[in-house]
Amino acid sequence: MDIIPLFATAVNLVIFFMVIELVRRNRLKERYSLLWIFASVVMFWFSVSRQSLHFVAGLIGIQYPPSLIFLIGLIFMVLINIHFSTVISELSEKNKTLVQDLALLADRVNEMGSEKK
Amino acid sequence: MKTLVIIPAFNEELSIEGVIDDVREHLPAADIIVIDDGSGDSTAALARGKGAPVISLSYNLGIGAAMQTGYKYANARGYDIAFQFDADGQHRGDQFSALLGPLLSGEADICLGSRFREKGMYEAEFARFIGIRILSGTISLLMGQKVTDPTSGFRGANRRVIEFYCSSYPDDYPEPEALILLHRAGFRLVEVPVLMRKRLLGTSSITFIRAFYYMIKVILAIMIDLLKKVPGR
Repeated sequence: MDIIPLFATAVNLVIFFMVIELVRRNRLKERYSLLWIFASVVMFWFSVSRQSLHFVAGLIGIQYPPSLIFLIGLIFMVLINIHFSTVISELSEKNKTLVQDLALLADRVNEMGSEKK
Repeated sequence: MKTLVIIPAFNEELSIEGVIDDVREHLPAADIIVIDDGSGDSTAALARGKGAPVISLSYNLGIGAAMQTGYKYANARGYDIAFQFDADGQHRGDQFSALLGPLLSGEADICLGSRFREKGMYEAEFARFIGIRILSGTISLLMGQKVTDPTSGFRGANRRVIEFYCSSYPDDYPEPEALILLHRAGFRLVEVPVLMRKRLLGTSSITFIRAFYYMIKVILAIMIDLLKKVPGR
């Protein structure tokens, strides 16, 4: 038996339980863990089920079926990275608004302070 | 007619006082707001010393977000007209009347001051000039109207544009991008010739490569903007 599926299965289990553990300890928000969990479940499936691995590999013309696991891993990496880019964009937009509102509020507070004097 | 002059400033301690005096001299009825975009020098203190209100951002947000802060201030305080005015001394207070005309007559929602509208008004470095020419050609084409100085930050906006800017103002290359944004949202632009000073202080280190690179980036940003949904008015 190929060593690659075994290795892939082991790595997958480690990643899967690492993500679960991070969520459990509140170090990772559920909504950001979903893609990771989904990725490891899909890869786990293809690592243990030779039949489906060979079937899908044959379907898209991959000569060496285990490389399908790497392809799927790569696709998920790209998806997760794009997801992160959108999260960062959203964060920086919110951060900008926060700094603007804070500055405008500070101005109001100063003004009220000087009116009292 | 409540009028505001927004002066975004990032480390402009050498010029900020002169700029405030210049605005006060030529537009005495207008209020001034200095947006200190996280300056590390004494820009904010010097402006306050001149009696100008200053809004200080916690850290450097960039010119787009700093400008938008000024428009949010204008909106919250009910100004009818808001001008943008650079803190580096490049813009001239005696040119405000040129911008004011089309706004008061209702002909324009946004009035843009151009250095290149008339020949010989401004001598730009060759590299910068070529960059602006290609950019203005592209923008004129997209807007269906002649725009000669899309990177000019000397402009005035009416109440409707002030409100619009509060909900959407571009971050990366705000001057040219804002024009396209306004055009797509259906606002009317009028460009008028104005005189500007050569940059007095600070270094304008625009090399040919830089000017070209800037132009490419702006055009790319505009193309991406065109893919976006037009924000509602």
